Amino acid sequence: MAGTRYGSKRMQELRTQILGRVVLIAVSLLFLAPIFWMVTTSLKDSSQVMAYPPVWLPWPPKWDNYEIAVNAIPFLLYLRNTVTICFFTIIGTLISSTLVAYSLAKIPWPGRNALLILILSTMMLPFPVTMIPLFITFAKLGWVNTFKPLIVPAFLGNAFYIFLLRQFFMTIPAELSDAARIDGASEFGIFSRIILPLSKPVLAVVALFQFLGSWNDFLGPLIYLQSNEKYTLAIGLQMYRTTNWVEWELLMAASTLVVIPILILFFFAQRTFIEGIAITGIKG
Amino acid sequence: MRRTKQERRNILLGLAFASPWLVGFILFTLYPILASLYYSFTEFTGLDVTGFVGWGNYVHMITKDELFHKSLYNTMYYLVLAVPLGFFVAMGLALALNLKVKEISFYRTCVYIPNIVPAFASSFIWLWLLNSEYGLVNLVLEQIGIWGPAWISDPKWAKFSIVLMAQWGAGGSAMIFLASLQDVPRSLYEVADLDGATPWVKFRYITLPMISPVILFHIIMALFGAFQVFTPAYIMTNGGPANSTLFYVLYLYRNAFNYGKMGYASAMAWLLFILALITTLVVMKTSARFVYYQGEER
Repeated sequence: MAGTRYGSKRMQELRTQILGRVVLIAVSLLFLAPIFWMVTTSLKDSSQVMAYPPVWLPWPPKWDNYEIAVNAIPFLLYLRNTVTICFFTIIGTLISSTLVAYSLAKIPWPGRNALLILILSTMMLPFPVTMIPLFITFAKLGWVNTFKPLIVPAFLGNAFYIFLLRQFFMTIPAELSDAARIDGASEFGIFSRIILPLSKPVLAVVALFQFLGSWNDFLGPLIYLQSNEKYTLAIGLQMYRTTNWVEWELLMAASTLVVIPILILFFFAQRTFIEGIAITGIKG
Repeated sequence: MRRTKQERRNILLGLAFASPWLVGFILFTLYPILASLYYSFTEFTGLDVTGFVGWGNYVHMITKDELFHKSLYNTMYYLVLAVPLGFFVAMGLALALNLKVKEISFYRTCVYIPNIVPAFASSFIWLWLLNSEYGLVNLVLEQIGIWGPAWISDPKWAKFSIVLMAQWGAGGSAMIFLASLQDVPRSLYEVADLDGATPWVKFRYITLPMISPVILFHIIMALFGAFQVFTPAYIMTNGGPANSTLFYVLYLYRNAFNYGKMGYASAMAWLLFILALITTLVVMKTSARFVYYQGEER
């Protein structure tokens, strides 16, 4: 009896190991195939791009495509624009969202729960509702075609990050701030010298998400950036395409260049990503 | 009611620390909401309000504007396909990625990576993947003897192509499901094992109820995303062919920024807002019976 049960358990185990792996490998290949196709296309000669039968692995790889792609449009300028926006939005979010989260988590004032609900409810507001008046306002301020409409709002807090930070701050024991308060520390001192240093993991998550948010943003730059030299990569990539012709190998080379920094970031910051997912998961 | 000095101090401090968001809320949320509500009742070119039209914009879009109907239909079509499909794909992936094999973190990485590829980049990648003649998808289909459709160039397939493409990013939701799967107490499964429960019974009566709050959250966010689908259609098809991917927000964007009909676009935005709110409320109400919150009396 015991023997057969042990046996069936082993059999089941073995089935998971083999069948499971087959499924997992197939799924992984499926999810990586588009990236494979992007990279291989980026290394093809223009005649190989539309060759039949298809060229699966171009040999020798045409590395020149990258140089051509970078020079075909002001790629480096767009890169600089994108990085500038990313940099300032990260700074802005880190400063503003932490302050607001501190108010919600650590200062016992009567309106804070109502404020939290208000902040969370703004997340349910579709962007198109505010899009037009925002555009008009920024136009009147003369900010259209500058980075300001994309950067300045970050300095005024972001609902999602405020919530993430608040959840984290709540887990920091009150004894720490109380002790500092008795020693005569100001509220801002407690915030900047005690709470923030203890919050490095969640600050990293916020910085990472904000970076991805700005790097990936399409609609914002599309609306606000109108002249060529202000474009971000998200908008600039369309320049590889004219009305009826696409230079696929160049477009794929540029796409690869856009995706690579994110992949590198992912591999270096995998733990931060995982923490971020865990925190966002809790939201449910 | 008199407040003590300490209480007053806390209120001032609380407001001071919250002030960035309060300022941002008034300038960049509250004012724009009210302004767009006002614009929605006007004829507004972006420069001047040229007339107050009352419900005119709303009446026109509901009774006359065929492109509006088309765009609403397209977005609903997308939503009805993409939200359930997205749920099943993400849940399936989460279950697969929860298997106990040694190199599981490698598979998790593979599935997660596409989720962090920017939407604009994946739109370009899929534009090429779905190329009817030279795209990878049809080349692979051909290897197994299927003559693939023209995908995004075919009005009948274009919307579905965008639904399909969205599944490439399912790894993000899959990871959230995975995290919640791992939070289900082992002891529940052990008890079920003693009773000889099948895997399906365990999934249906333990896993699903335990992770139902996360599922509800996923569904609401997915609905919200689906209502606002824009980037893939803008980049890949620009609404075509034959307006088959003219999604709601794309048509709204065109009215606002290409046709200079900002009043009309504001009315569209408000209708979208109301539709999204109603949908969310309906989902929340109907799901109340299925969602189980730990620690809550039932």
